[in-house]
Amino acid sequence: MTIDLVIGAIEAIAMIVLALNLAVLLLWFDRKGSALIQDRVGANRANITGLGARLGLPNFGLINTAIADPVKMFTKEDFIPAGADKLLHTIAPFLALFPVMITFVVIPFGDTITIGGHTFQLQAANLNVGVLYLLATVGVGVYGIALAGWASNNRWSLLGAVRATAQMISYEIAMGLAIIAVVIAYGTLDLQEICRAQGGVWFGWLPRWGIFVQPVGFLLLLTAGLAESKRVPFDLPETESELIQGYFTEYSGGKQAVFMLTDLAEHTMIVMLLVTFFFGGWQVPWIFGGALHIPGVHAIVLNHILVSVLGIVAFLVKVVLLSLFLGSLRWTLPRFRYDQLMRLGWKGLVPLGLANVLVTAFVVVLGGGAQ
Amino acid sequence: MIPLTHMMALSSAIFAIGVAGMLIRRNILIMFMSIELMLNAVNLSFIALGTELGSMEGQAIVFFAMTVAAAEAAVGLAIIIASFRNRETVHADDLTMLRW
Amino acid sequence: MQSGLFWFLATLAILSALGVVVQRNPIHCLLSLVVTLLTIGVLFIAEGALVVGFLQIIVYAGAIMVLFLFVIWLLNLPLESGPAGPIALKFLGSVAAAALVAETLVFVLPPSLQVKLTVPPPGYGSIDALAEKLFSEYLVAFEVTSVLLLAAVVGAVALARRMPALSAEGRAAPAQAAAQTERA
Repeated sequence: MTIDLVIGAIEAIAMIVLALNLAVLLLWFDRKGSALIQDRVGANRANITGLGARLGLPNFGLINTAIADPVKMFTKEDFIPAGADKLLHTIAPFLALFPVMITFVVIPFGDTITIGGHTFQLQAANLNVGVLYLLATVGVGVYGIALAGWASNNRWSLLGAVRATAQMISYEIAMGLAIIAVVIAYGTLDLQEICRAQGGVWFGWLPRWGIFVQPVGFLLLLTAGLAESKRVPFDLPETESELIQGYFTEYSGGKQAVFMLTDLAEHTMIVMLLVTFFFGGWQVPWIFGGALHIPGVHAIVLNHILVSVLGIVAFLVKVVLLSLFLGSLRWTLPRFRYDQLMRLGWKGLVPLGLANVLVTAFVVVLGGGAQ
Repeated sequence: MIPLTHMMALSSAIFAIGVAGMLIRRNILIMFMSIELMLNAVNLSFIALGTELGSMEGQAIVFFAMTVAAAEAAVGLAIIIASFRNRETVHADDLTMLRW
Repeated sequence: MQSGLFWFLATLAILSALGVVVQRNPIHCLLSLVVTLLTIGVLFIAEGALVVGFLQIIVYAGAIMVLFLFVIWLLNLPLESGPAGPIALKFLGSVAAAALVAETLVFVLPPSLQVKLTVPPPGYGSIDALAEKLFSEYLVAFEVTSVLLLAAVVGAVALARRMPALSAEGRAAPAQAAAQTERA
């Protein structure tokens, strides 16, 4: 019992550290990766004693993004505007960050692993209602944004907060409907079970990933998730041209860094959800039942620990690739106007989500129970 | 296992705080929040008794109570908005038109 | 560990409930209420009612309270200034509440109610068990609740929107007056 708790705590910390690192990766991609996409130079000024230049390497922008930017942000003056509610202004960034961070503990990054005769789960918190936990944390995440805008005593912040809150709660519904369809298809609320059910192949070669079971659900969760994390074409609440910086106008220094981290961490969370529900999570495409089944050829039996480690690696690869893909969407699509955004959420995604749930339920019942 | 008496005592304490809120505060929105406190206290006692008896009835009742509370909150807040538009006040003592 | 968890949650719930009732700024009251609801949700989960506990957090703390927040913003309430009504009222209210607690405890604490400490059956609080109850015994209530929610949504939208008839008349009157002066 105790050792399970300790392992769980270590895994939770590991997942949160992983999420933070992926957030920094995404930040690098936002700065330098976008420069590579857009054929410009990007950030290339920060270096440590010019070592890279002496060795003849181009500046990859890593020192800039990973060291210089955070140092700059945390050493800026921390400023609370006059007339603002001091307590709420101070705790709002952390209220925004906390629900996002605790989401990562229910995401499975591997199957069980057996070391020294003791089996433990590669998932920090093995909840059998994991999906409800996700929806709960996403729902509570609204408060940080709302309070940040309200507590700033600034009408543009308040407008940004109202827009952001309305956007988040509207797309929560679409997200919930997409996830419900997946839950109906797999018949369980447990994330580890959903990942396990995506092992195996159809027709001998096609992996049983969720995206083939629920293509509409994938598109729904993709769109709703991006809108929920206020990224990509849905970042109206924090645009510079319209609302100065929206709900975090009055934040500087470390608190602004926390808000940006929330943004990136939410993006990472959505990517992990997509990978878990639709891309098989930690399932390596043709490895199941402890053996590698090359299509058309015989199966090669593999060591248990190797399979588990390959699972973790597969999860990381999928998350990084999808994260970079969604990050590159930012430089591809123009921003939605606010009424277009609301119309898409309520008149487009919610009916589509309901229809998806209906069709999925029919197929599951007529097909004779969940798979 | 949490003893039943502890949960019932907590539930009655929260209920009483809700009642005190209704009696003392004159701001309609805060009176409404006190109503929500009372509803939640009762939900807590339902769940505690359900666990004590091992039956799922308590949870089903709480499910419905939660839904009805959501509907009531929506309509109640709409009424408050409509009343505010006409009278520009949320102080309950100022709403005296129906008094004889 | 269970009792330590319970005492912590109980203290938090009572303190935040008091915070709802005592504080002057409506937004602070709302935040205290959110903390109370989250604590009660966690108490549900500790009692074994997993699904209902998470539903409490999703629906109550995550949606209904955001609705309250929007209404507070919309009404743009100022800080409550000064004591609301005479102090005697507050004192009597507190005494009444304390009397209520005492009365309830008389019924709740006696040894006849104490502690069977039964262990609930396996699968208690899971979504299968809840769904079985909802779709067999309480099916009619379930369907009627959905109609109730629809009625509530329609009612709320109808009550809270601005009446268009008055503003159309208001706009039409000056236009008519301008047309008449032109003709005259």
